[in-house]
This record gives sequence, C-alpha cells and structure tokens, in this order.
Amino acid sequence: MSEEMVLSIYRGDANGGQEEEYRVPLETGMVVLDALHYVQAEAAPDLAVRWNCKAAHCGSCSAEVNGRPRLLCKTRLDQYVGQVVHIRPMHAFPIIKDLVTDVSSNYRVAKQIPAFQPRTPAPFTMYQRDVDRVQEFHRCIECFLCQDTCHVLRNHGGTDQYFGPRMMAKVAEWEMHPMDVADRRQFLKDVAGLPMCNVTRCCVDVCPEHIVITDNAIIPLKERVADQYWDPIRALFRRFHRPAEGAVPGAGSDVSSRA
Amino acid sequence: MADMPSSSKPPIARESPWWLAPNVTLVVFSLFVLYSIWEIFGHNVGRYQNYLSPYFSPDVGLWLGVPWIPALLVAWIPLGFRASCYYYRREYYRGFFREPAACGIPDRSRQYRGETRPPLVWNNLHRYFLYLALVVVIFLWKDAVDAFWYQGHLDLRLGSFILLADAILLSLYTFSCHAFRHLVGGGLDCFSCQNRARYRYRGWKAISALNQRHGLYAWASMFMVWGTDLYVRLLIIGAIHDPRLF
Repeated sequence: MSEEMVLSIYRGDANGGQEEEYRVPLETGMVVLDALHYVQAEAAPDLAVRWNCKAAHCGSCSAEVNGRPRLLCKTRLDQYVGQVVHIRPMHAFPIIKDLVTDVSSNYRVAKQIPAFQPRTPAPFTMYQRDVDRVQEFHRCIECFLCQDTCHVLRNHGGTDQYFGPRMMAKVAEWEMHPMDVADRRQFLKDVAGLPMCNVTRCCVDVCPEHIVITDNAIIPLKERVADQYWDPIRALFRRFHRPAEGAVPGAGSDVSSRA
Repeated sequence: MADMPSSSKPPIARESPWWLAPNVTLVVFSLFVLYSIWEIFGHNVGRYQNYLSPYFSPDVGLWLGVPWIPALLVAWIPLGFRASCYYYRREYYRGFFREPAACGIPDRSRQYRGETRPPLVWNNLHRYFLYLALVVVIFLWKDAVDAFWYQGHLDLRLGSFILLADAILLSLYTFSCHAFRHLVGGGLDCFSCQNRARYRYRGWKAISALNQRHGLYAWASMFMVWGTDLYVRLLIIGAIHDPRLF
C-alpha cells in the first residue's frame, strides 16, 4: 500500500480564504501538480490551479510549497514525506482564486522598458562571444518566481517601487546586446527602481532555469548605472576616448567563431 | 500593483532553519568589526621582524612619520572595500538589517528604501575602494615575499606561509570582485567589434569564473586577515613562538 501524503491547500479568493487538508496517495515520481490533479479529480473539482506544459517549460504553475516559491510540476512530492505539504499561491501577487494569482502587473511594467533598438535593421551577424551573456537570459520562462520571492515586490509596494528581477534580466538582455544602441541607465535609476534592489540573491535561489540574475544581470546593470552617475573619472575618460562609431560585431579581425 | 486584502494574505510557512545563516553572519561580522577596532585603535606597531600585519600594510604611518594609530591610515581601504562589496552587502542586509533575513521572510522594517539614500547609496562608490584595494594587494605581495627573507637569508617559518596565504586569498577576493569584472570587460556590449576587445573578453571570462566563488573568497580572506593579524600580534607580545619549518 502506498504512503499517504497530507496536502494543506489554500482555498479562497480576493475576499479571503484558508488552508484545507486533503489526503493523496504517494506514487513513484509524483510531483506536487500530480497531487493537485488527484485532489481535483477525487475531492475538490473546483480547485483552481494554473498549469499548462507539466514539463517546467511554460512557467504557468508557480506557487509556494512549504513557504518556498516553486514550479508545482518540478517539485517532487516524496521530498516532503513525513511533513504536511502547505501549498499556497504566490504571495507577491493578488489572488484570483485558490492557487491562481493575477500576474498582469509584470506585463504592465514590461511594456515600459525601452525596447531593443538595433543599430542596423536585422538580420545581422552575431558572434558567440557577444551573445554568451545574453543567451543566459533567453532561458527565462516567465514563471515570475523571482518576482514572488523578491522582498521589494513582496513586502514593499510591488512593481510600483521596483520592476523586479525578471524585468532586470530583460533589460540586461537588451542593454548588453552588441547591436542595441538604446541607453536605459536613467530609466533603470529613475523609473525601474534598480537602486531598490539590495542584491540579497533570493531571485537566484528560486529560479528554475538557474539563471544567475543577481550576478549576471542586476549587478552589471548597477555597475553601468554607476558608470554614468557615480564615476566622474570614467566620465572624464569618456570625454577623451570615444569608441569608434558604427563598429559592428566582427569588425575585430580576431573573430573566428559564429553563433 | 494593487495589493491584495490583508485578510486573504496567507501566512508564510518557513523552511527551517532559515534563521541560522543570518545569525551566524551577525555574530561573526560583529566580532570581526570589534577585533578590527581593537587592533586599529589599540596598537601603534604591526611589525614583527620581517612580518607586517595586513592591518598595517602598506606601512604608511612609517612613511609619513605618524606614530599614533598608523593602521587607521590604511585599514579604511580594505574595510571600505568589504563594506561596499556586493557579496558583503547581501550578508549584512540579511544579518544586520533583516531586509530580508532570509528568502520569503518578512522584512523587519516597513520603511525600506533600498540603496536610494545615504549612507547606503554610497555603496555605488565600491569601484573607488577597488582601485585602492588593488594598490594594497601589491603591497601585501611585497610583504609576503619579505616574510620569506630575514637578514638577507631565505627564512621558512610558519609565519612566512601564513602571510603568503593571506596575500593569495586577498588577491582572489579582490580579483573576483564584481566591479573588477565590470571594469575588465563587463561594461562592453561588443567583444568582437575591436581587436583589443578580445583581451578584455578573455579577462572577463577568467574573472567571471573567479567571480562565481566570490562569496567563498570573501569569507576565507576575512578569516585569513584576522588570523594573520592575530598571529603577528601574538608574536609581538611574545605569547607564541614562530616555528621554523625547514
């Protein structure tokens, strides 16, 4: 006979709610989303949970399992044997129903980010050494677990104060692009709330795609903002040393590998 | 963002022991700061034979003829470098400010301002501490070499190797710094646009690899500085003997 797991699932909506307990037989390889489907099939057909691919690719099934933001489809149930499994919606976003939250604030702030502005119209040749950095950010599945765990969004006013780690990765992807000519440093400082981030790295801890958001996106962006606003020596240097205008990827004769 | 009604906010289940790491940071950093204050303000001499304590290196007090608290003329550089370091910021925001103490734990203060106002906004000056720390590292290596030479002869004692380990760990910590990574190549958008950029790309790749262990080097170098200074201090007061290894 298989072991029985106790799931304590948040049931409620914007007006309030509470956790309710359900019992689920543990099967080999079972993930938390499987257990929720079992609850839907056997005990609570009105349980709301957002999911799609069940393969950790779509980023739909984000929630909090025992206090930690996780993808429900990537969280094995057998790691909680002997414990009650508390499953709650993402804390940083308004609840719609049960485990489903309203993440539309992320799309609203994403629209405010100055878009990619290529120096010349696409297509253009890209070299591996130039795209090494930005390829990491392409792995993002927009599950918004990083937004959920970010304490600025979670405890201090949401995206009104700080656009959040996901958006910083998006900005970094364009800001570090070799063909992009837009300057987003003032936007980062004055609009996106980059100085609100205190680099406590919770976003890195929860990212299911293992994107090192703090070290590879946020801190490099902070350094670029510091270049502009906190470094008079570099500002002086820039006055006398301007990079060749119109330089394109591959202009250096040493380039040998293409992406 | 529209906040959800407080009645519908679920309580936070906490993965234990979330409190351990911030409290260890709090205790260890506090002890290090107290020790540093005692060392800097309580002593005018940091040299024992051919050993120079890292708190007193370079020996600016000797150069300028300042006999009182000479360590203060130098120690503000590495201490400022650490205080504004991105890794240490993470640690003290968690351990001291509790913003947050751990992921998913509510912040202690509701008046969070991030790094938008003094004094925390001055962390943006980290790169200047880096420039000065690079100079200090050169002198630490000079001290490490000097530690192997005493009265014109090769002298292999335990203290020689302690000063060498101190220079190595402080170099790893300094050269794995995020600001140094940015300075070398991180600030470039295009590594293939100029011939010179290939050297910066290689440098950036190497420092990026080091940077992944920046936190480890931060802790190891802090304990090494602490231990090296304590070793030299105990030699100065005659509490221990410096064993010859070869």
